[in-house]
Amino acid sequence: MIKTFLLAAGIGASLSACSLEPVQPWDRDILAQQKMQLVADPLETYLDEHIYFSKEASSGGQGVGGGGCGCN
Amino acid sequence: MQLKKSHNTPRNIRRQLAAATCGLLAGAGHAGGLVASGNNWKIDSALLIYAEKDRVALVEPVLSLSKEIDDDEFINVRIVADVLTGASPNGAVPADTPQTFTTPSGKSTYTEAANTTPLDDTFKDSRGALNVEWDTPLGNNLRGTFGGNFSNEHDYLSTGFSANFAQDINQRHTTLALGLSFNNDTVSPEGGVPVGLTVMPVYPGVKATDGSKQDKTVKEVLFGVTQIIDRSSLMQLNYSRGQSDGYLTDPYKILSVLEDDGTGNLRGTTPYVYESRPDQRNYQILFWKGVHQLPNENVLNLSYRYFWDDWGIQSHTVDLRYRFDFAGGHYLQPHLRYYQQAQADFYRQTLIDGEETTLAYASADYRLGEFTTQTIGVKYGYQFHNGAELNLRVEMIEQNGKDRSADAIGKLQNQQLFPDNEAYLLQAGVSLDSDMIINYVLGLFK
Repeated sequence: MIKTFLLAAGIGASLSACSLEPVQPWDRDILAQQKMQLVADPLETYLDEHIYFSKEASSGGQGVGGGGCGCN
Repeated sequence: MQLKKSHNTPRNIRRQLAAATCGLLAGAGHAGGLVASGNNWKIDSALLIYAEKDRVALVEPVLSLSKEIDDDEFINVRIVADVLTGASPNGAVPADTPQTFTTPSGKSTYTEAANTTPLDDTFKDSRGALNVEWDTPLGNNLRGTFGGNFSNEHDYLSTGFSANFAQDINQRHTTLALGLSFNNDTVSPEGGVPVGLTVMPVYPGVKATDGSKQDKTVKEVLFGVTQIIDRSSLMQLNYSRGQSDGYLTDPYKILSVLEDDGTGNLRGTTPYVYESRPDQRNYQILFWKGVHQLPNENVLNLSYRYFWDDWGIQSHTVDLRYRFDFAGGHYLQPHLRYYQQAQADFYRQTLIDGEETTLAYASADYRLGEFTTQTIGVKYGYQFHNGAELNLRVEMIEQNGKDRSADAIGKLQNQQLFPDNEAYLLQAGVSLDSDMIINYVLGLFK
């Protein structure tokens, strides 16, 4: 458990430390593209999560909410 | 896309400018996607067809509508329906003679041939679900998304609420996220809720029940950080923990009970019992995702999830999507996913006569066993110059259980105790906005 938190903290620290390049607002054209969003296609993600929720014992991680169903 | 001047209708200036900038720099319609703004609704729709070899089939249409209701404030509505038919493994193991089972309702029986995995072919369900989200600015670089969801099927009802907060810091290079959700579900199984580890009666006998319905709650909290790495890369790291309480058992799953003589024969009378699971489950999740655009405008989207709980389940999931962009608005996106899970502490392929009275929990549900899932797929998409999109996705999913035949008792060593499962999915999607529909209809009258 403690190891996990240390690992998470380490990854988090490295994440915030590796913003090597400040990106100005006028340079965020690429990051603003739909295909660059963390969830680029919300419906595809929703359907995938529904399928795997009903076929596997793990789910979630990417976000919270969205509701339950009797398929598992 | 036009920036119309208006004093009456709200305008999502920041998003429109971003989209406009993208349009200028990357070619109209190939960058920012559609923007819900003013009176314009963004409409996303998809139809999923999912079919397993010899098992369940599912048809699921989804419609998502987004509208800007005030400056930079949105309402999103998602409507889902699904229809499920086919057969599902009931948890019993194959035998060298035909097996007869009583249906969950207790009103009839079904028989499985010798040497085949017992499947309950009375499996039919239809579901309707509604999810509404309100996405609003809350202050200095802080956004909130508040959601409610409702899902109903003939034997299952689910209602829930969620709240997500996203705070931009570090000159908007970093976003801190907090998510909270609560769900309350009620299961009303056919024929009532069976008492765990009691026998499945021989028809027309009636199973022992613990009422006609049971509840469960799911609480979850998520802490996340998203970091811009450079002009074309970002990463996300989330830690979630959740707790499920209440009735977590599958009321339709059973276990085979064997004679205590090492032969692997089923017990002579009432050889099946209903499964039983603990009434609490605590789980934790670490989730990492990276998105990177290459100089050729292709996009790599990679994620890893580690999940672990107090049922003994641990899993690793790697998901990779790589999008190739072509001239003229076409793109192709191969998808690979690999999932591996360890079995639950109380997972048992069979019980021995008497164990059902000494064990607290046992389940033969293959989804609690040790297995891997491999997915391979590809998506084709076409983006029109006005931002509308058509896409089509085809995937193959294969589940392979750990073969434990060598550990099985007696004649069960000759049976396939965890058969592989193969599924295919086909998804078609359309994204557009209400202005396009209005313009099209008006065009018909010109």
